[in-house]
Amino acid sequence: LVFTEEDKYDLYSNLLFKYFLAEGIVCGHDLFVASAKEHPDNILKELPAPLLDDTYGKELGDEAAAVKSEDFQDSMKIAWRYQNLPKMEASPTTYTKFGHYYDVSKKMSPELYQSVKWHSFYLHDELSFEPKMKAWNMNSGYAKLLQSIQRIISGEGFDGSDPQKKQRNVLRIGIQSLGSVLWGDDVCCSETPEDPHSLTKFLYVLRGLLRKSLSACIVTVPAHLMQNKAIMERVTNLSDMVVGLESFIGSERETNPLYKDYHGLVHVHQIPRLNSLICDVSDTKDLAFRLKRKLFTIERLHLPPDLSDTVSRASKQDLAGSAKLLSSGCGAMAIGKKHLDF
Amino acid sequence: QGTFTLLRDTRTDGSFLVHHFLSFYLRAGCKVCFVALLQSFSHYSVVAQKLGVSLAAAKERGQLVFLEGLKSCLDLLFGEEEQPEQPSPLQFLSTSDLRALFDFVRLALAAPGSWKGPVLLVDDLSVLLSLGAAPVAVLDFIHYCRVAVCCQLKGNIVVLVHSNEDSEDEENELVVNSLCHHSDLILWAEGLATGFCKDVHGQIKIIKRLSLRQAAEQDLVQVYQYKIQDRSVTFFARGLSAAVL
Repeated sequence: LVFTEEDKYDLYSNLLFKYFLAEGIVCGHDLFVASAKEHPDNILKELPAPLLDDTYGKELGDEAAAVKSEDFQDSMKIAWRYQNLPKMEASPTTYTKFGHYYDVSKKMSPELYQSVKWHSFYLHDELSFEPKMKAWNMNSGYAKLLQSIQRIISGEGFDGSDPQKKQRNVLRIGIQSLGSVLWGDDVCCSETPEDPHSLTKFLYVLRGLLRKSLSACIVTVPAHLMQNKAIMERVTNLSDMVVGLESFIGSERETNPLYKDYHGLVHVHQIPRLNSLICDVSDTKDLAFRLKRKLFTIERLHLPPDLSDTVSRASKQDLAGSAKLLSSGCGAMAIGKKHLDF
Repeated sequence: QGTFTLLRDTRTDGSFLVHHFLSFYLRAGCKVCFVALLQSFSHYSVVAQKLGVSLAAAKERGQLVFLEGLKSCLDLLFGEEEQPEQPSPLQFLSTSDLRALFDFVRLALAAPGSWKGPVLLVDDLSVLLSLGAAPVAVLDFIHYCRVAVCCQLKGNIVVLVHSNEDSEDEENELVVNSLCHHSDLILWAEGLATGFCKDVHGQIKIIKRLSLRQAAEQDLVQVYQYKIQDRSVTFFARGLSAAVL
């Protein structure tokens, strides 16, 4: 269960959501799209087109290779201690063949997304509640969604209930803007919502459904609107993976020269720890994203060296707070209250 | 009298302690009732396998009673009409009443048979609050379990809770603080205050509540740091991680 905290204007989290669905289509998985905001048909029409040929991948590879060969030639003169550290890979290497690349500027062709079986749930199209659901003690919108998901899972055999089915497929579920007012839940409006347990109960049941079937789910939530932080904590506990996207639009960081290459930050709050004692912890937790014309990339936050001494103190402390965990191979940033004078 | 051990985690995942206790008690030959609310049976089974215990076999021979919360919840909500003589232990989803859960635990551990002392393991208690139980109800449930398991059956209880400093979840903090006061042993796994580190996953504080047993005694507090590996966890004194030495 991948839980995404939306960024303020829901630009980038929407993109991530669409990537998830597009990947499902390209891999031939079945899809289930649920939304209260826009009709799932429209969501599907907006999915990015996959880059099916390898030319773009090769381009990226060529770029990276060119950069690498340059680097090898200069050896470091002043910061020679850093030479022994492994080269930091800012962007994902092109050698990994896991997943596909997508072109954000183009839309996916209708033939492609109609080639997979997909189910949709648009809240406002659904019929009114069925009497059995009264016992659930949950927001009716959520209850209907759960019923719908469960029907698809058992109906299409994703939970292994149909032994005749030889080809087992994966169901990718995408739920947009859960917890927003459009779902009938006032968790985002008030600090003491009417039914604070609806969202968490929903997630618990969803988790149960996911665990017993071959499915994966991404849920986006407007976390910045939630007044009641306690619910966010509980929700984090109930999810496997929690990722927050913080975009720089409209915030003071947009004009901060240190962040000028990026459009926002990625906060990984939690990584799944399934079927093992350990989880897959990467070296660094500072990730930033940027939206180039064609590609949406997530990279390690790479701060350029702090060369000017007119950088204001406020931004430095701010940065120091968020960049506490930078791996040591990065920049010569002076994290402290005083400028270093030579 | 049995002991009540509280597993607590802050800024990190303390579930490795649950896996440890599960395999520990099973290997010791105790009858275990495991209320697993957050993960599926196969998850615990796979990890237990790595630690050398087979959960499926333990279940077969009646040593382990496993309540898989996620599955029971689905059965309750999507299943056919429930039989009235056997209410689901997760009934509190609709009724906010934890009594059925307590009855389940009591029945599971009532007849230890040929096994040594009974043990109740809960992973994790904070989920009950998320599912609509009131904090007082949760505390009552624990109290009832203590009376039944620790006092009457002379067994042990191990419970995992999550907590956060500066947490806004007051109900959770209330439950956690209250349990801390009544526990015999507290194992508190915390993420490092300095942030994330690859070689040291966190620190664990072991608090032996000697002050509960005897009035003049002080609690014994020990702090170690740990690193979790695939099949085990290594503990070492603070600052003496293998990466540093």
